[in-house]
Amino acid sequence: MDFQIALLLGQDGLTNGAIYALLALALVLVFAVTRVIFIPQGEFVAYGALTLAALQAGKVPATLWLVLALGAAVTAIDSAQALRHGATRRLPRIIAVNLVAPLLLWLLLTSVDLVGLPLIGQIALALAIVVPLGPMLYRLAYQPIAEASVLMLLIVSVAVHVVLIGLGLLFFGAEGTRTPAFTEGTLDLGATTLQYQTLWILASSAVLIVALYAFFGRTIYGKALRATALNRTGARLMGISTTMAGKLSFTLAALIGAFSGILISPVTTLYYDSGFLIGLKGFVGAIIGGLVSYPVAAAGALLVGFLESYSSFYASAYKEVIVFTLIIPVLLWRSLTSHHSEEEE
Amino acid sequence: MSDKPILLEAKDLCVSYGKVEALHKVSLRIREGEIVTVIGPNGAGKTTLLSCLMGLLPGKGDVSYVGQALGNDFEVEERVGLGLTLVPEKRELFADMSVEDNLLLGAFDRYRRGQKDYAKTMEEVYGIFPRLKERAAQMAGTLSGGERQMLAMGRALMAKPKLLMLDEPSLGLAPLIIREIFRTVARLREMGVSVLLVEQNARAALQVADYGYVLETGEVSLEGPSKELANDPRVIEAYLGLGGKH
Repeated sequence: MDFQIALLLGQDGLTNGAIYALLALALVLVFAVTRVIFIPQGEFVAYGALTLAALQAGKVPATLWLVLALGAAVTAIDSAQALRHGATRRLPRIIAVNLVAPLLLWLLLTSVDLVGLPLIGQIALALAIVVPLGPMLYRLAYQPIAEASVLMLLIVSVAVHVVLIGLGLLFFGAEGTRTPAFTEGTLDLGATTLQYQTLWILASSAVLIVALYAFFGRTIYGKALRATALNRTGARLMGISTTMAGKLSFTLAALIGAFSGILISPVTTLYYDSGFLIGLKGFVGAIIGGLVSYPVAAAGALLVGFLESYSSFYASAYKEVIVFTLIIPVLLWRSLTSHHSEEEE
Repeated sequence: MSDKPILLEAKDLCVSYGKVEALHKVSLRIREGEIVTVIGPNGAGKTTLLSCLMGLLPGKGDVSYVGQALGNDFEVEERVGLGLTLVPEKRELFADMSVEDNLLLGAFDRYRRGQKDYAKTMEEVYGIFPRLKERAAQMAGTLSGGERQMLAMGRALMAKPKLLMLDEPSLGLAPLIIREIFRTVARLREMGVSVLLVEQNARAALQVADYGYVLETGEVSLEGPSKELANDPRVIEAYLGLGGKH
């Protein structure tokens, strides 16, 4: 391997690693707050990218129907619950958020010229469709069993993942798509060239990570999420509802996933099921961080990116094997160095 | 004292863990601006009582708060919004967050409802517990036992509660700190906060309270104004020991 190739592979590793880092952060966040191992994280990557591609083809994305259906289900369940408790004052909000907002979105999608929209508008629409799926899934699949064991939550995660993959095939078909780059062209650096999209990926990931850091460190809602992760009972006694924290963390995870998909879809062809592997690599990063440490998870995810990229040069056929085998020494090291703690409560 | 409006009233409250009944037909009443104490031995159901009043445990019986019935469907979070707060026996602080962030989160519910004057409330809390101000940037997990209790109380006060429920605030603390904590409890009354104080330290609790209940094996065995309770031979024998005249 000469310097040129090493540079090229490093660039690749860094780009992929940045995406894995974002996903790893989302996984750590969701696990810390809700104890859910969010396997469907990767599906949001694919849904985000493919929804954007559908918009750019001038079609109303089929993900919208999912939002409408889940929104209707949430409205039905939440309204029934509110009525049973005699809390009719909650009804307007429930209906506005879960029923009216998706319908307005539908109206908007059918009334604007999707193809003629600037890219940023299309991205905003794609996020507006995919991100609400996060809190809705939390409400329907996880909230009813929020106090269950980690294992049971994991099993539900697997189920949600399988359902979303199946729906993905139904919605988007088996063909992969690519979306145009945010900025076309390449930057000549002498020793190597950089696609502008690569710069977009790196810059956006960095901005998102800094934004997350500021959110957790500076805002009261970010601190409330951290508090829920640290001490659930203590948080509830402060009026921080576990449900609110769960929905908020799922919203953030959905946003991170969908936006990651939109970032990488100009550089790699994404299929309805591509998200799973990408999400799993983020998961390896999250495991390196022990599912608790954000910085270690991000660093671990970068490591996964580099490892994948360099192993694709030396042993291309085994690159996935090598990446996922990384988890074994990590688990060994973790189980030898950290004290086993019983599951809380 | 007895003409003040009733803040919280429980009638025939029963709480069970599975088949085991931990509380049996407990009735109690707290008036506005009063300090009411529940004393009793370990395992009498004192913590269970507070957990049920806060909504952490479901119970049978009637609980009303400023005339409004609080059923089991009133979640903890809603009760915080109504002005109830609990400082639990284990304190339940956010150990890896700073003292200031712990206090800030005490005001979370008010912030969410649009009351963003937490900075002013925090100054008031620092006024009550100057020690917390000195430790503002320190992680809560590194505080001493007494400081933790102060932080737990300060955090609860950030919610501007009408009723503050304290579960064994003196547990595991040195006598000097206990005295300081109880002095603070007495000051809360002047600030218009009612207090429901659960204690094993009967002597200190009866000194500061207006009214007291004795809880034994899940039932109220005695009740009365705390001065009378402190002179009751049964209380003196069981909880105050010899020289109950303090």
